[in-house]
Amino acid sequence: MKKKFPLLLVFVFGILGIIPFLIPHPIVQHSDEYIRNDILRILAAFALVLALGSLLKVHADKIKRKKVNWQYSWVLILAFIVSSIIGLFGGVAGTGLLPTSFGSFNFNIQTLYENIIIPLASSMFALLAFYMASASYRAFRARSSEATLLLVAAFVVMIGFLPVASSISSKLPAFAQWVLNVPNVAGQRGVLFGIALGAVATSLKIILGIERAWLGGGD
Amino acid sequence: MTLILLTAIFALAPPGEVRAYDTPSDGGEAITIEWQLSQDDAVLDGYEIYRSEDGVNFERIGLRGPGRQYFEDVTQDGKSYVYKIAAVSKTTKIFSQPSGEAISSPQWIDRNKLNILFAIFIFGGFIMYFMYHARKGKEFFIRKIAGLQAVEDAVGRATEMGKPTLYILGLGYVEEVATIASLNILGEVAKKTAQYNTKLIVPNADPIVYVVAQEIVKESYTKIGRPDAYDPDSVFFLAREQMAYAAGITGIMTREKPATNFLIGYFAAESLVLAETGASTGAIQIAGTDALAQLPFFITACDYTLIGEELYAASAYISKQPLLLGAIKGEDWGKVVIATTLFIASIIGLLTKFPILDLFE
Repeated sequence: MKKKFPLLLVFVFGILGIIPFLIPHPIVQHSDEYIRNDILRILAAFALVLALGSLLKVHADKIKRKKVNWQYSWVLILAFIVSSIIGLFGGVAGTGLLPTSFGSFNFNIQTLYENIIIPLASSMFALLAFYMASASYRAFRARSSEATLLLVAAFVVMIGFLPVASSISSKLPAFAQWVLNVPNVAGQRGVLFGIALGAVATSLKIILGIERAWLGGGD
Repeated sequence: MTLILLTAIFALAPPGEVRAYDTPSDGGEAITIEWQLSQDDAVLDGYEIYRSEDGVNFERIGLRGPGRQYFEDVTQDGKSYVYKIAAVSKTTKIFSQPSGEAISSPQWIDRNKLNILFAIFIFGGFIMYFMYHARKGKEFFIRKIAGLQAVEDAVGRATEMGKPTLYILGLGYVEEVATIASLNILGEVAKKTAQYNTKLIVPNADPIVYVVAQEIVKESYTKIGRPDAYDPDSVFFLAREQMAYAAGITGIMTREKPATNFLIGYFAAESLVLAETGASTGAIQIAGTDALAQLPFFITACDYTLIGEELYAASAYISKQPLLLGAIKGEDWGKVVIATTLFIASIIGLLTKFPILDLFE
Protein backbone atom coordinates (compact mmCIF):
# COMPACT_ATOMS: atom_id res chain seq x y z
CA MET A 1 0.00 0.00 0.00
CA LYS A 2 2.86 2.33 0.88
CA LYS A 3 4.10 2.03 -2.71
CA LYS A 4 0.85 1.42 -4.54
CA PHE A 5 -0.87 4.57 -3.33
CA PRO A 6 1.85 6.99 -4.57
CA LEU A 7 1.99 5.08 -7.87
CA LEU A 8 -1.77 5.39 -8.23
CA LEU A 9 -1.61 9.11 -7.47
CA VAL A 10 1.15 9.60 -10.05
CA PHE A 11 -0.85 7.66 -12.66
CA VAL A 12 -4.06 9.61 -12.04
CA PHE A 13 -2.44 13.05 -11.94
CA GLY A 14 -0.14 12.17 -14.85
CA ILE A 15 -3.15 11.32 -17.02
CA LEU A 16 -4.94 14.42 -15.72
CA GLY A 17 -1.93 16.40 -16.91
CA ILE A 18 -2.14 14.97 -20.45
CA ILE A 19 -5.92 15.36 -20.92
CA PRO A 20 -6.06 19.21 -20.89
CA PHE A 21 -3.43 19.26 -23.63
CA LEU A 22 -5.89 17.49 -25.96
CA ILE A 23 -9.27 18.72 -24.71
CA PRO A 24 -9.88 22.47 -24.94
CA HIS A 25 -13.32 22.32 -23.29
CA PRO A 26 -13.63 24.84 -20.40
CA ILE A 27 -14.68 22.16 -17.90
CA VAL A 28 -11.38 20.35 -18.44
CA GLN A 29 -9.29 23.53 -18.67
CA HIS A 30 -10.74 25.02 -15.49
CA SER A 31 -10.22 21.76 -13.59
CA ASP A 32 -6.63 21.72 -14.78
CA GLU A 33 -6.10 25.32 -13.67
CA TYR A 34 -7.64 24.46 -10.31
CA ILE A 35 -5.23 21.55 -9.81
CA ARG A 36 -2.21 23.47 -11.01
CA ASN A 37 -2.89 26.77 -9.30
CA ASP A 38 -4.90 26.06 -6.18
CA ILE A 39 -3.95 22.55 -5.09
CA LEU A 40 -0.29 22.93 -6.05
CA ARG A 41 -0.16 26.26 -4.21
CA ILE A 42 -1.45 24.63 -1.03
CA LEU A 43 1.16 21.88 -1.37
CA ALA A 44 3.84 24.51 -2.03
CA ALA A 45 2.85 26.39 1.14
CA PHE A 46 3.38 23.26 3.25
CA ALA A 47 6.66 22.54 1.46
CA LEU A 48 7.80 26.13 2.06
CA VAL A 49 7.24 25.79 5.80
CA LEU A 50 9.28 22.57 5.80
CA ALA A 51 11.98 24.19 3.64
CA LEU A 52 12.35 27.23 5.89
CA GLY A 53 12.42 24.95 8.92
CA SER A 54 15.24 22.99 7.28
CA LEU A 55 17.17 26.18 6.50
CA LEU A 56 16.96 27.44 10.08
CA LYS A 57 17.74 24.00 11.54
CA VAL A 58 20.89 23.60 9.43
CA HIS A 59 22.19 27.03 10.42
CA ALA A 60 21.21 26.71 14.08
CA ASP A 61 23.11 23.43 14.13
CA LYS A 62 26.09 25.11 12.52
CA ILE A 63 26.15 27.78 15.23
CA LYS A 64 25.68 25.21 17.98
CA ARG A 65 28.55 23.03 16.77
CA LYS A 66 30.73 26.03 15.85
CA LYS A 67 31.35 24.62 12.36
CA VAL A 68 33.58 26.42 9.82
CA ASN A 69 32.35 30.00 9.21
CA TRP A 70 29.56 29.56 11.74
CA GLN A 71 29.42 33.33 12.24
CA TYR A 72 27.78 33.76 8.84
CA SER A 73 24.88 31.64 9.98
CA TRP A 74 23.99 34.45 12.40
CA VAL A 75 23.79 36.79 9.40
CA LEU A 76 21.33 34.41 7.76
CA ILE A 77 19.18 34.02 10.86
CA LEU A 78 19.12 37.78 11.52
CA ALA A 79 18.31 38.50 7.86
CA PHE A 80 15.55 35.90 8.05
CA ILE A 81 14.02 37.51 11.14
CA VAL A 82 14.33 41.08 9.83
CA SER A 83 12.88 40.27 6.41
CA SER A 84 10.07 38.24 8.01
CA ILE A 85 9.12 41.20 10.24
CA ILE A 86 9.31 43.64 7.33
CA GLY A 87 7.29 41.29 5.12
CA LEU A 88 4.67 40.76 7.81
CA PHE A 89 4.20 44.44 8.62
CA GLY A 90 5.16 46.10 5.36
CA GLY A 91 3.85 43.50 2.90
CA VAL A 92 5.26 42.86 -0.54
CA ALA A 93 4.91 46.44 -1.75
CA GLY A 94 3.49 48.36 1.18
CA THR A 95 0.29 46.41 1.63
CA GLY A 96 1.08 44.80 4.98
CA LEU A 97 -0.62 44.94 8.35
CA LEU A 98 0.85 48.31 9.31
CA PRO A 99 2.14 51.32 7.35
CA THR A 100 5.89 51.07 7.64
CA SER A 101 7.45 53.95 5.77
CA PHE A 102 10.21 56.11 7.12
CA GLY A 103 10.26 59.34 5.14
CA SER A 104 10.66 58.29 1.52
CA PHE A 105 11.94 54.87 2.54
CA ASN A 106 9.36 52.11 2.51
CA PHE A 107 9.91 49.08 4.65
CA ASN A 108 8.54 46.32 2.48
CA ILE A 109 9.81 43.26 0.63
CA GLN A 110 10.05 45.16 -2.64
CA THR A 111 12.49 47.62 -1.06
CA LEU A 112 14.62 44.79 0.30
CA TYR A 113 14.54 43.06 -3.07
CA GLU A 114 15.54 46.12 -5.06
CA ASN A 115 18.19 47.37 -2.64
CA ILE A 116 19.75 44.15 -1.39
CA ILE A 117 18.91 41.08 -3.46
CA ILE A 118 19.30 42.65 -6.91
CA PRO A 119 22.72 44.31 -6.21
CA LEU A 120 24.00 41.11 -4.57
CA ALA A 121 22.78 38.97 -7.46
CA SER A 122 24.28 41.43 -9.96
CA SER A 123 27.65 41.16 -8.19
CA MET A 124 27.52 37.37 -8.45
CA PHE A 125 26.48 37.68 -12.06
CA ALA A 126 29.42 39.98 -12.77
CA LEU A 127 31.77 37.26 -11.51
CA LEU A 128 30.65 35.18 -14.47
CA ALA A 129 33.00 37.15 -16.71
CA PHE A 130 36.01 35.85 -14.76
CA TYR A 131 34.66 32.32 -14.63
CA MET A 132 34.09 32.50 -18.36
CA ALA A 133 37.66 33.62 -18.96
CA SER A 134 39.04 30.71 -16.94
CA ALA A 135 36.65 28.23 -18.60
CA SER A 136 37.63 29.55 -22.06
CA TYR A 137 41.30 29.06 -21.23
CA ARG A 138 40.54 25.49 -20.19
CA ALA A 139 38.47 24.82 -23.33
CA PHE A 140 40.87 26.37 -25.81
CA ARG A 141 44.04 24.58 -24.75
CA ALA A 142 43.69 22.33 -27.80
CA ARG A 143 44.63 19.13 -26.01
CA SER A 144 42.60 16.96 -28.37
CA SER A 145 41.29 17.12 -31.92
CA GLU A 146 37.79 18.06 -30.61
CA ALA A 147 39.24 20.87 -28.49
CA THR A 148 41.25 22.09 -31.49
CA LEU A 149 38.10 22.12 -33.61
CA LEU A 150 36.30 24.06 -30.87
CA LEU A 151 39.17 26.52 -30.69
CA VAL A 152 39.22 27.07 -34.46
CA ALA A 153 35.41 27.46 -34.68
CA ALA A 154 35.33 29.89 -31.76
CA PHE A 155 38.22 31.88 -33.22
CA VAL A 156 36.54 32.13 -36.64
CA VAL A 157 33.19 33.18 -35.13
CA MET A 158 34.76 35.74 -32.80
CA ILE A 159 36.88 37.29 -35.55
CA GLY A 160 33.96 37.11 -38.01
CA PHE A 161 31.81 39.33 -35.83
CA LEU A 162 34.47 41.99 -35.31
CA PRO A 163 34.21 45.22 -37.39
CA VAL A 164 37.65 44.45 -38.79
CA ALA A 165 36.48 41.08 -40.17
CA SER A 166 35.41 42.39 -43.58
CA SER A 167 38.81 44.00 -44.12
CA ILE A 168 40.49 40.61 -43.51
CA SER A 169 38.18 38.91 -45.97
CA SER A 170 34.86 40.03 -47.41
CA LYS A 171 33.51 36.49 -46.93
CA LEU A 172 34.58 36.08 -43.30
CA PRO A 173 31.46 37.65 -41.63
CA ALA A 174 29.16 35.52 -43.81
CA PHE A 175 31.20 32.41 -43.02
CA ALA A 176 31.03 33.12 -39.26
CA GLN A 177 27.27 33.53 -39.56
CA TRP A 178 27.08 30.26 -41.52
CA VAL A 179 28.99 28.43 -38.77
CA LEU A 180 26.40 29.70 -36.28
CA ASN A 181 23.36 29.07 -38.47
CA VAL A 182 24.15 25.71 -40.04
CA PRO A 183 26.53 23.35 -38.17
CA ASN A 184 25.67 24.87 -34.79
CA VAL A 185 21.89 24.73 -35.30
CA ALA A 186 22.10 21.23 -36.83
CA GLY A 187 23.89 19.96 -33.72
CA GLN A 188 21.43 21.68 -31.41
CA ARG A 189 18.45 20.22 -33.26
CA GLY A 190 19.90 16.74 -32.93
CA VAL A 191 20.19 17.22 -29.18
CA LEU A 192 16.67 18.70 -29.06
CA PHE A 193 15.15 15.63 -30.77
CA GLY A 194 16.79 13.44 -28.14
CA ILE A 195 15.56 15.73 -25.35
CA ALA A 196 11.98 15.74 -26.65
CA LEU A 197 11.82 11.95 -27.02
CA GLY A 198 13.61 11.41 -23.72
CA ALA A 199 11.13 13.71 -21.96
CA VAL A 200 8.17 11.76 -23.40
CA ALA A 201 9.75 8.41 -22.50
CA THR A 202 10.59 9.56 -18.96
CA SER A 203 7.05 10.88 -18.46
CA LEU A 204 5.51 7.63 -19.76
CA LYS A 205 7.81 5.53 -17.56
CA ILE A 206 6.85 7.49 -14.46
CA ILE A 207 3.11 7.69 -15.23
CA LEU A 208 2.95 3.94 -15.92
CA GLY A 209 4.93 3.16 -12.77
CA ILE A 210 7.86 1.59 -14.63
CA GLU A 211 10.37 4.13 -13.34
CA ARG A 212 10.33 3.96 -9.56
CA ALA A 213 13.68 5.44 -8.59
CA TRP A 214 11.78 8.29 -6.95
CA LEU A 215 10.27 5.71 -4.61
CA GLY A 216 13.67 4.34 -3.69
CA GLY A 217 13.65 2.02 -6.73
CA GLY A 218 12.85 -1.66 -7.01
CA ASP A 219 9.46 -3.33 -7.31
CA MET B 1 -26.07 61.83 -65.05
CA THR B 2 -23.04 63.46 -63.35
CA LEU B 3 -23.95 61.74 -60.09
CA ILE B 4 -24.07 58.34 -61.78
CA LEU B 5 -20.69 58.95 -63.41
CA LEU B 6 -19.06 60.05 -60.10
CA THR B 7 -20.51 57.04 -58.34
CA ALA B 8 -19.11 54.78 -61.04
CA ILE B 9 -15.67 56.39 -60.71
CA PHE B 10 -15.47 56.34 -56.86
CA ALA B 11 -17.42 53.11 -56.19
CA LEU B 12 -15.53 50.29 -54.52
CA ALA B 13 -15.99 46.60 -55.12
CA PRO B 14 -17.36 45.01 -51.90
CA PRO B 15 -15.59 42.12 -50.19
CA GLY B 16 -16.59 38.75 -51.63
CA GLU B 17 -18.23 35.87 -49.81
CA VAL B 18 -18.14 36.19 -46.00
CA ARG B 19 -17.88 32.98 -44.00
CA ALA B 20 -18.49 32.87 -40.24
CA TYR B 21 -18.02 29.65 -38.32
CA ASP B 22 -17.37 28.35 -34.84
CA THR B 23 -13.58 28.45 -34.29
CA PRO B 24 -12.46 24.82 -34.42
CA SER B 25 -10.50 23.04 -31.67
CA ASP B 26 -11.03 25.78 -29.09
CA GLY B 27 -12.63 26.20 -25.70
CA GLY B 28 -15.60 28.11 -27.14
CA GLU B 29 -16.49 31.83 -27.04
CA ALA B 30 -14.94 32.46 -30.44
CA ILE B 31 -16.23 32.72 -34.03
CA THR B 32 -13.88 32.94 -37.00
CA ILE B 33 -14.83 35.25 -39.86
CA GLU B 34 -13.19 34.93 -43.27
CA TRP B 35 -13.89 36.94 -46.41
CA GLN B 36 -12.68 37.26 -49.96
CA LEU B 37 -10.71 40.42 -50.62
CA SER B 38 -12.33 43.28 -52.48
CA GLN B 39 -11.14 43.67 -56.07
CA ASP B 40 -10.08 47.17 -55.02
CA ASP B 41 -8.02 45.89 -52.10
CA ALA B 42 -4.96 47.85 -53.29
CA VAL B 43 -6.67 51.23 -52.78
CA LEU B 44 -8.43 50.38 -49.50
CA ASP B 45 -7.68 51.64 -46.00
CA GLY B 46 -8.88 48.32 -44.67
CA TYR B 47 -11.88 46.22 -43.73
CA GLU B 48 -14.36 46.92 -40.94
CA ILE B 49 -16.05 43.93 -39.29
CA TYR B 50 -19.68 44.30 -38.25
CA ARG B 51 -21.72 41.95 -36.10
CA SER B 52 -25.44 41.53 -35.54
CA GLU B 53 -27.38 39.39 -33.10
CA ASP B 54 -30.76 39.90 -34.82
CA GLY B 55 -29.64 40.13 -38.46
CA VAL B 56 -30.82 43.74 -38.71
CA ASN B 57 -28.78 45.97 -36.41
CA PHE B 58 -25.05 45.69 -36.99
CA GLU B 59 -22.32 47.08 -34.70
CA ARG B 60 -18.68 47.57 -35.62
CA ILE B 61 -16.44 45.15 -33.70
CA GLY B 62 -13.09 45.40 -35.41
CA LEU B 63 -10.82 46.65 -38.16
CA ARG B 64 -8.32 44.83 -40.33
CA GLY B 65 -5.80 46.30 -42.76
CA PRO B 66 -5.86 45.80 -46.54
CA GLY B 67 -4.88 42.33 -47.70
CA ARG B 68 -6.23 40.76 -44.49
CA GLN B 69 -9.17 38.36 -44.70
CA TYR B 70 -9.43 36.87 -41.23
CA PHE B 71 -10.88 37.96 -37.90
CA GLU B 72 -11.66 36.12 -34.68
CA ASP B 73 -14.56 37.49 -32.66
CA VAL B 74 -15.11 36.93 -28.93
CA THR B 75 -18.68 35.70 -28.49
CA GLN B 76 -21.15 34.17 -26.09
CA ASP B 77 -21.57 30.43 -26.54
CA GLY B 78 -24.98 29.29 -27.82
CA LYS B 79 -25.92 32.72 -29.23
CA SER B 80 -26.46 33.23 -32.97
CA TYR B 81 -24.42 35.91 -34.80
CA VAL B 82 -24.38 37.30 -38.34
CA TYR B 83 -21.41 39.25 -39.78
CA LYS B 84 -20.83 41.76 -42.55
CA ILE B 85 -17.54 43.16 -43.80
CA ALA B 86 -17.18 46.71 -45.09
CA ALA B 87 -14.42 47.67 -47.53
CA VAL B 88 -13.30 51.13 -46.43
CA SER B 89 -11.40 53.85 -48.27
CA LYS B 90 -10.99 57.51 -47.25
CA THR B 91 -14.25 58.52 -48.89
CA THR B 92 -16.26 55.37 -49.36
CA LYS B 93 -17.48 52.37 -47.44
CA ILE B 94 -19.17 49.42 -49.07
CA PHE B 95 -20.66 46.40 -47.33
CA SER B 96 -20.52 42.75 -48.27
CA GLN B 97 -23.50 40.44 -48.17
CA PRO B 98 -24.13 39.18 -44.61
CA SER B 99 -22.68 35.85 -43.61
CA GLY B 100 -24.76 32.90 -42.56
CA GLU B 101 -25.59 32.46 -38.88
CA ALA B 102 -22.80 31.19 -36.67
CA ILE B 103 -22.93 29.88 -33.10
CA SER B 104 -19.84 29.28 -30.97
CA SER B 105 -19.43 26.28 -28.69
CA PRO B 106 -16.56 24.61 -26.84
CA GLN B 107 -14.99 21.51 -28.40
CA TRP B 108 -14.11 18.26 -26.70
CA ILE B 109 -11.04 17.51 -28.78
CA ASP B 110 -8.27 19.66 -30.21
CA ARG B 111 -7.90 18.23 -33.71
CA ASN B 112 -4.67 20.17 -34.30
CA LYS B 113 -3.00 18.06 -31.63
CA LEU B 114 -4.21 14.65 -32.81
CA ASN B 115 -0.98 14.17 -34.74
CA ILE B 116 0.94 14.56 -31.47
CA LEU B 117 -1.34 12.01 -29.82
CA PHE B 118 -0.76 9.67 -32.75
CA ALA B 119 3.02 10.13 -32.45
CA ILE B 120 2.85 9.45 -28.70
CA PHE B 121 0.93 6.23 -29.36
CA ILE B 122 3.52 5.06 -31.90
CA PHE B 123 6.36 6.02 -29.59
CA GLY B 124 4.60 4.48 -26.57
CA GLY B 125 4.07 1.35 -28.68
CA PHE B 126 7.82 1.04 -29.28
CA ILE B 127 8.51 1.42 -25.57
CA MET B 128 5.88 -1.18 -24.63
CA TYR B 129 7.14 -3.60 -27.27
CA PHE B 130 10.73 -3.50 -26.04
CA MET B 131 9.67 -3.63 -22.41
CA TYR B 132 7.59 -6.71 -23.17
CA HIS B 133 10.69 -8.38 -24.61
CA ALA B 134 12.79 -7.20 -21.68
CA ARG B 135 10.28 -8.79 -19.33
CA LYS B 136 10.64 -12.05 -21.30
CA GLY B 137 14.35 -11.98 -20.55
CA LYS B 138 15.85 -10.49 -23.70
CA GLU B 139 19.01 -8.50 -23.07
CA PHE B 140 19.51 -5.20 -24.82
CA PHE B 141 22.73 -3.52 -25.78
CA ILE B 142 22.90 0.08 -24.61
CA ARG B 143 25.87 2.11 -25.74
CA LYS B 144 28.35 3.07 -23.07
CA ILE B 145 27.80 6.47 -21.46
CA ALA B 146 31.09 7.49 -19.88
CA GLY B 147 29.51 9.88 -17.39
CA LEU B 148 27.22 7.20 -15.99
CA GLN B 149 29.91 4.55 -15.89
CA ALA B 150 31.91 6.95 -13.75
CA VAL B 151 29.19 7.31 -11.08
CA GLU B 152 30.32 4.32 -9.05
CA ASP B 153 33.99 5.33 -9.30
CA ALA B 154 33.13 8.90 -8.35
CA VAL B 155 31.30 7.87 -5.18
CA GLY B 156 34.07 5.35 -4.45
CA ARG B 157 36.64 8.12 -4.78
CA ALA B 158 34.76 10.22 -2.23
CA THR B 159 34.72 7.23 0.13
CA GLU B 160 38.46 6.64 -0.22
CA MET B 161 39.23 10.32 0.35
CA GLY B 162 36.86 10.51 3.30
CA LYS B 163 35.13 13.47 1.74
CA PRO B 164 31.45 14.06 0.96
CA THR B 165 29.57 13.75 -2.30
CA LEU B 166 27.68 16.86 -3.34
CA TYR B 167 24.51 16.44 -5.41
CA ILE B 168 23.11 19.63 -6.98
CA LEU B 169 19.60 19.41 -8.41
CA GLY B 170 19.63 22.82 -10.09
CA LEU B 171 16.98 25.51 -10.18
CA GLY B 172 14.18 23.51 -11.80
CA TYR B 173 10.72 23.05 -10.38
CA VAL B 174 9.45 19.58 -9.57
CA GLU B 175 7.23 19.44 -12.66
CA GLU B 176 10.19 19.86 -15.05
CA VAL B 177 11.39 16.65 -16.68
CA ALA B 178 15.06 17.49 -16.07
CA THR B 179 14.35 17.80 -12.34
CA ILE B 180 12.37 14.54 -12.33
CA ALA B 181 15.22 12.77 -14.15
CA SER B 182 17.69 14.26 -11.69
CA LEU B 183 15.59 13.04 -8.74
CA ASN B 184 15.66 9.55 -10.27
CA ILE B 185 19.45 9.67 -10.51
CA LEU B 186 19.64 11.01 -6.96
CA GLY B 187 17.85 7.84 -5.81
CA GLU B 188 20.57 5.68 -7.41
CA VAL B 189 23.45 7.87 -6.19
CA ALA B 190 22.00 7.84 -2.65
CA LYS B 191 21.99 4.03 -2.75
CA LYS B 192 25.70 4.07 -3.59
CA THR B 193 26.54 6.58 -0.86
CA ALA B 194 24.54 4.43 1.57
CA GLN B 195 26.47 1.31 0.48
CA TYR B 196 29.85 3.03 0.83
CA ASN B 197 28.86 4.99 3.93
CA THR B 198 29.81 8.26 2.26
CA LYS B 199 28.39 11.59 3.36
CA LEU B 200 25.88 12.97 0.87
CA ILE B 201 25.03 16.69 0.66
CA VAL B 202 21.94 17.76 -1.32
CA PRO B 203 21.23 21.52 -1.29
CA ASN B 204 17.91 22.55 -2.88
CA ALA B 205 16.53 25.66 -4.55
CA ASP B 206 12.86 24.76 -4.54
CA PRO B 207 10.82 23.86 -1.45
CA ILE B 208 8.81 21.11 -3.17
CA VAL B 209 11.91 19.61 -4.78
CA TYR B 210 13.55 19.70 -1.35
CA VAL B 211 10.73 17.69 0.23
CA VAL B 212 10.74 15.14 -2.60
CA ALA B 213 14.56 14.84 -2.57
CA GLN B 214 14.52 14.23 1.16
CA GLU B 215 12.02 11.39 0.78
CA ILE B 216 13.97 9.86 -2.11
CA VAL B 217 17.27 9.84 -0.21
CA LYS B 218 15.54 8.42 2.86
CA GLU B 219 13.89 5.67 0.79
CA SER B 220 17.19 4.81 -0.91
CA TYR B 221 18.99 4.42 2.44
CA THR B 222 16.13 2.23 3.70
CA LYS B 223 16.18 0.15 0.53
CA ILE B 224 19.89 -0.57 0.98
CA GLY B 225 19.20 -1.57 4.57
CA ARG B 226 21.00 1.39 6.13
CA PRO B 227 18.20 3.65 7.45
CA ASP B 228 20.40 4.45 10.46
CA ALA B 229 23.02 6.01 8.14
CA TYR B 230 20.52 8.50 6.74
CA ASP B 231 21.12 12.03 7.99
CA PRO B 232 17.95 14.17 7.61
CA ASP B 233 20.11 17.31 7.51
CA SER B 234 22.04 16.06 4.49
CA VAL B 235 19.16 17.19 2.25
CA PHE B 236 18.30 20.80 2.94
CA PHE B 237 16.76 23.93 1.47
CA LEU B 238 19.34 26.55 0.55
CA ALA B 239 17.77 29.48 -1.36
CA ARG B 240 15.20 30.10 -4.06
CA GLU B 241 17.10 33.00 -5.66
CA GLN B 242 19.38 31.90 -8.48
CA MET B 243 22.58 33.65 -7.42
CA ALA B 244 21.95 33.14 -3.69
CA TYR B 245 21.71 29.42 -4.46
CA ALA B 246 24.93 29.59 -6.49
CA ALA B 247 26.71 31.51 -3.73
CA GLY B 248 25.53 29.02 -1.11
CA ILE B 249 26.77 26.04 -3.12
CA THR B 250 30.14 27.59 -3.93
CA GLY B 251 30.47 28.17 -0.17
CA ILE B 252 29.78 24.48 0.48
CA MET B 253 32.28 23.50 -2.21
CA THR B 254 35.07 25.60 -0.76
CA ARG B 255 34.35 24.71 2.88
CA GLU B 256 33.53 21.02 2.64
CA LYS B 257 35.71 20.29 -0.43
CA PRO B 258 33.56 17.41 -1.72
CA ALA B 259 35.47 14.76 -3.67
CA THR B 260 32.59 14.36 -6.12
CA ASN B 261 30.10 16.89 -7.45
CA PHE B 262 26.98 15.92 -9.35
CA LEU B 263 25.37 18.86 -11.18
CA ILE B 264 22.29 17.28 -12.65
CA GLY B 265 19.00 18.99 -13.50
CA TYR B 266 17.96 22.34 -14.92
CA PHE B 267 20.58 25.09 -14.76
CA ALA B 268 20.79 28.67 -16.00
CA ALA B 269 23.63 31.21 -15.85
CA GLU B 270 24.86 29.92 -12.49
CA SER B 271 26.05 26.69 -14.14
CA LEU B 272 29.50 28.04 -14.90
CA VAL B 273 29.92 29.55 -11.42
CA LEU B 274 29.18 26.14 -9.89
CA ALA B 275 31.19 24.07 -12.37
CA GLU B 276 34.28 26.31 -12.27
CA THR B 277 34.28 26.49 -8.47
CA GLY B 278 33.93 22.71 -8.31
CA ALA B 279 36.82 22.29 -10.75
CA SER B 280 38.98 24.64 -8.69
CA THR B 281 38.46 22.51 -5.58
CA GLY B 282 39.73 19.43 -7.45
CA ALA B 283 36.46 17.51 -7.29
CA ILE B 284 35.53 14.99 -9.96
CA GLN B 285 32.43 16.46 -11.60
CA ILE B 286 29.56 14.76 -13.40
CA ALA B 287 27.09 17.17 -14.95
CA GLY B 288 23.87 16.67 -16.88
CA THR B 289 21.27 19.05 -18.19
CA ASP B 290 18.78 19.57 -20.99
CA ALA B 291 19.42 23.33 -21.01
CA LEU B 292 21.25 23.65 -24.33
CA ALA B 293 22.83 27.00 -23.50
CA GLN B 294 24.54 25.57 -20.41
CA LEU B 295 25.94 22.43 -22.03
CA PRO B 296 29.12 24.09 -23.37
CA PHE B 297 29.95 25.35 -19.88
CA PHE B 298 29.53 21.91 -18.37
CA ILE B 299 31.48 20.22 -21.15
CA THR B 300 34.31 22.67 -20.54
CA ALA B 301 34.44 22.65 -16.75
CA CYS B 302 33.27 19.13 -15.80
CA ASP B 303 34.89 15.72 -16.20
CA TYR B 304 31.76 14.09 -17.61
CA THR B 305 28.62 15.63 -19.09
CA LEU B 306 25.30 13.96 -19.76
CA ILE B 307 23.90 15.67 -22.83
CA GLY B 308 20.12 15.98 -23.12
CA GLU B 309 18.61 12.51 -23.48
CA GLU B 310 21.50 10.84 -21.62
CA LEU B 311 20.20 12.61 -18.55
CA TYR B 312 16.82 10.90 -18.95
CA ALA B 313 18.43 7.51 -19.58
CA ALA B 314 20.72 7.76 -16.57
CA SER B 315 18.47 6.18 -13.97
CA ALA B 316 17.91 3.10 -16.16
CA TYR B 317 21.59 2.89 -17.01
CA ILE B 318 22.72 2.98 -13.38
CA SER B 319 20.01 0.67 -12.00
CA LYS B 320 20.37 -1.79 -14.95
CA GLN B 321 16.71 -2.78 -14.57
CA PRO B 322 15.67 -4.69 -17.73
CA LEU B 323 12.32 -2.92 -18.04
CA LEU B 324 13.92 0.50 -17.97
CA LEU B 325 16.60 -0.57 -20.45
CA GLY B 326 13.82 -1.82 -22.73
CA ALA B 327 12.24 1.64 -22.55
CA ILE B 328 15.53 3.20 -23.67
CA LYS B 329 15.61 0.83 -26.65
CA GLY B 330 12.09 1.98 -27.55
CA GLU B 331 13.28 5.58 -27.31
CA ASP B 332 16.11 4.79 -29.74
CA TRP B 333 13.66 3.33 -32.24
CA GLY B 334 11.57 6.48 -31.94
CA LYS B 335 14.67 8.39 -32.99
CA VAL B 336 15.19 6.04 -35.92
CA VAL B 337 11.64 6.78 -37.11
CA ILE B 338 12.16 10.55 -36.79
CA ALA B 339 15.54 10.44 -38.53
CA THR B 340 14.13 8.31 -41.37
CA THR B 341 11.14 10.66 -41.77
CA LEU B 342 13.47 13.67 -41.85
CA PHE B 343 15.71 11.98 -44.39
CA ILE B 344 12.81 11.09 -46.70
CA ALA B 345 11.31 14.59 -46.29
CA SER B 346 14.70 16.12 -47.14
CA ILE B 347 14.98 13.99 -50.27
CA ILE B 348 11.46 15.02 -51.34
CA GLY B 349 12.31 18.63 -50.57
CA LEU B 350 15.47 18.39 -52.69
CA LEU B 351 13.63 16.74 -55.57
CA THR B 352 11.13 19.60 -55.72
CA LYS B 353 14.08 21.96 -56.23
CA PHE B 354 14.97 20.29 -59.51
CA PRO B 355 12.32 21.38 -62.05
CA ILE B 356 13.44 18.68 -64.45
CA LEU B 357 12.22 16.03 -62.06
CA ASP B 358 9.10 17.89 -60.97
CA LEU B 359 7.95 14.81 -59.12
CA PHE B 360 6.50 16.25 -55.98
CA GLU B 361 5.25 19.68 -56.97
